[in-house]
Amino acid sequence: MSGIDLKRFHRTFFEESFEGLDAMEAALLRLDPAAADAETINSIFRAAHSIKGGAGTFGFTDVARFTHVLETLLDAVRAGKHQLTVEDVDCLLRSSDMVRGLLKAAQDETPADNVSADALAAELSQRLAGPQAAASVAAPAAASAAASSAGWQVLFEPKPELFLSGNDPLRILRELQSLGDCEVRCRETQLPTLAEADAERCYLAWELSVRAAVKRERIAELFAWVDEECRLEITPLAAAAPAPEAKPAAPAAAAPAAPAAPAAPAAGTNVTPMAVARKPGEGADAKSDAAASIRVATGKIDAMINLVGELVITQAMLQQLANRLDPVHNEALLQGLSLLDRNTRMLQEAVMSTRMLQVDAVFSRFPRLVRDLAGKLGKQVRLQLIGENTELDKTVIEKISDPLTHLVRNSLDHGLESTEERLAAGKDSTGQLTLRAAHQGGHILIEVIDDGRGLNRQRILAKAAERGLPADPNMSDADVFQLIFAPGFSTAAEVTEVSGRGVGMDVVKRNIQALGGSVELSSEQGRGTTVLIRLPLTLAILDGMSVAIGDEVYIIPLSAVIESMQPHENQVKTIAGQSTVLRVRNDYLPLVDLRDLFGLSGERRNPCEAIVVIIEAEGRKVALQIDELVGQQQVVIKSLDRNYRRVRGVSGATILGDGRVSLILDVAAIVRLFGQAMAA
Amino acid sequence: MSTVAESREKQSAAVVDAPAEFLTFRLGDEEYGVDILKVQEIRGYDSVTRIPDAPDFIKGVINLRGTIVPVVDMRIKFRLGKAEYNEFTVMIILNVSGRVVGMVVDSVSDVMQLGSEQLRPPPDIAGAVSSKFITGIGTLEDRMLILVDIEKLMSSQDMALIESATVQ
Amino acid sequence: MTVRILAVDDSASMRQMVAFTLKQAGFDVTEAVDGADALKIAQKESFNLVLCDVNMPNLDGIGLVRALRALAPYKFTPMLMLTTESAPEKKQEGKAAGATGWLVKPFNPEQLIATVRHVIG
Repeated sequence: MSGIDLKRFHRTFFEESFEGLDAMEAALLRLDPAAADAETINSIFRAAHSIKGGAGTFGFTDVARFTHVLETLLDAVRAGKHQLTVEDVDCLLRSSDMVRGLLKAAQDETPADNVSADALAAELSQRLAGPQAAASVAAPAAASAAASSAGWQVLFEPKPELFLSGNDPLRILRELQSLGDCEVRCRETQLPTLAEADAERCYLAWELSVRAAVKRERIAELFAWVDEECRLEITPLAAAAPAPEAKPAAPAAAAPAAPAAPAAPAAGTNVTPMAVARKPGEGADAKSDAAASIRVATGKIDAMINLVGELVITQAMLQQLANRLDPVHNEALLQGLSLLDRNTRMLQEAVMSTRMLQVDAVFSRFPRLVRDLAGKLGKQVRLQLIGENTELDKTVIEKISDPLTHLVRNSLDHGLESTEERLAAGKDSTGQLTLRAAHQGGHILIEVIDDGRGLNRQRILAKAAERGLPADPNMSDADVFQLIFAPGFSTAAEVTEVSGRGVGMDVVKRNIQALGGSVELSSEQGRGTTVLIRLPLTLAILDGMSVAIGDEVYIIPLSAVIESMQPHENQVKTIAGQSTVLRVRNDYLPLVDLRDLFGLSGERRNPCEAIVVIIEAEGRKVALQIDELVGQQQVVIKSLDRNYRRVRGVSGATILGDGRVSLILDVAAIVRLFGQAMAA
Repeated sequence: MSTVAESREKQSAAVVDAPAEFLTFRLGDEEYGVDILKVQEIRGYDSVTRIPDAPDFIKGVINLRGTIVPVVDMRIKFRLGKAEYNEFTVMIILNVSGRVVGMVVDSVSDVMQLGSEQLRPPPDIAGAVSSKFITGIGTLEDRMLILVDIEKLMSSQDMALIESATVQ
Repeated sequence: MTVRILAVDDSASMRQMVAFTLKQAGFDVTEAVDGADALKIAQKESFNLVLCDVNMPNLDGIGLVRALRALAPYKFTPMLMLTTESAPEKKQEGKAAGATGWLVKPFNPEQLIATVRHVIG
């Protein structure tokens, strides 16, 4: 009839269902079964309810079937008919995983694991029912199910207040007529005089003969919305005598399910107490904003960001051209351009902000993870999340998830001690793990803080020596801790079930650096460890210093630039007649000519006639020799390896005001490259 | 979005065994043809930004309406013709394996339609381009066209254009 | 005269489905994401029919119907609740609050259009 393909709504359904599950899980983890607050229970119920409704509508029967059972239990909890236990919450958490699995299967059009789903559904029903038998569903009184071949005699006598429910008797009469031939007689006996009549009340009643071979239910159904607001008699046409009071089968009053005996209290079970402390107010504000948002495909946002990037370039190009104009004769034009400059920047900022997500998008997975891991390890852990509404770029959020998970696992597994150990050390038996996010300048800082045993300097040094890593007993604590990030430091020997295998801290560090970030460790023995991750807010734009070598212009990320200078002769020294170093105050820094590094043609300059930019990454500094400083500008980062491959020492490219491509230096790679060259 | 749809359309069109269309170009004295469906546009030679660690035939990258596109000079790669850059230098922008690549050639001749009767299998000995990238020889009167599988050529290690092809 | 419908559901997919279906059928549809949102919109504009989900945050469907019925412009406006078969008591509660009737989920676009046409007349 309408020919609407429901497929067009599937994507939204899956997205909102997965979000609903996340919310459900978060609420379950927050939940204190003994003192569950109504709104939390309600929000859990609503999530299940929405998924069920959508799944039914969009034809995902496996999802709908399982969610129905889940919803039934939650409804009983909501209505106070079932008292939640700690085991119930575990079962509900598993159920949310199950729904997620079923949804994924539906989304990927792969077969669902109905065996597990049915088993879990049975467990849910069991929990609801307790030992008692399931209340038998009252079969609808089917006494008069037979179709009357002749038709039906209907008496329809609305109560005067029928209109107040928005119902219109004419609608019902029209629908009756659509069933077959109708003979309608209107009874006006109740009609008062015009003076007494109230236009808002219904005084009419109808007697109808419907000549249609339909079941009685078909007739009754049409009156379902008004069955409490009218007197209704439906009798077979043949038997003209109206049967006394034959109301449509009112559903047998559902026997109120006897309150399920609360499942035996969780006495003596080894459930690890876990609480998620949130700063009051945080997170809640964000939720209420959700309604005022719309869902946009990331592709559209990226296209917009690209276009704004182009606009910034065009604007810069105009600005360059304008700089050659006589400011007196072109005052109005120049003014317009400076306005354009400001508006462009504001537009760019506004567009970039659309890609920003709250860090809660990653943090929210940790309550569950920590709960599960703590249970597995038999440790007591309290997780605190701080600054979850700190915003950062969606891509950064997606890429930080794995490294962060690894760090959290590490803290739980190696950092926090067992309950006995903690008590013996005079500490609170419950370990504290804190995830904190905050903005600092153009960066976001994420900290993973535990109050565990801390790093053991001696053991790290011993292990580093064992692994053949450069270790020196006189190294500073910071340097010793950095050894943990060295490739090959963590090996299969200490792989545990929790920390997993294969991914070492070196990978964590590499992933964070690939995002333009850094990671630092600080620790106090017996007091705990803090991992500090510093990340750029966005990967799309960079504050750059443009430098020239001959005709070529390169961009150095401003965040990596310490200073630039024209060296004096007495600052430049050679070592073993080969490597050149630059003395800056009391440091000797390797001096690299970018021309050599990139194999550029053109005459080499004496460092004292060139400019040197001191760059820093990973705690190491290098002096980079260039011809000229061009200026500072914000650049839009373009991928070089989308159509080409990655290039050593180059992290990407950008487009300059004149339309030319300029390469962006990969400072970390250059520092590393040069460090190796020096070591060799 | 539209480009995906287009390229899908192009692919399915290429499979059809109907007369195929080729863009022909010259490298020295040799005439080559590439599947017209792989050609995105033809343009003049822009100023190119050089890339470190690249072989000499990779001239660098250009800004093609906001995307960074590498440019290879086939004349240098196959040591044919003279690698000069002036207002007559042409660059064929190709769309191969989802990547955009600019290819500098001596000149672009025309677009030719070749029926199956005009196509011959590749000979054992071919031109400067290695025979593994040649799909056949097209003949049109006295012209001989060397038909190149440009997708295969551009993704090959020889061209050093993509990641897997680089020596780490 | 175009028939104006207010569709209220906190589930985006259901809301989209209802709105899209009814728009295709020629109705003028306004969407609201929960009861509070709907109440705000309903006070600013007028509608010939309100379709609302029952379980919603920030004022549920029953609360919405009760609130709207109390407003003079909505005294006789048909209001249908989109409900699930598992909640018969909700139907009664909704009726008591002043709902005109209900449409049981899951429903398909055809059922939705048919019901709305009947109610609108």
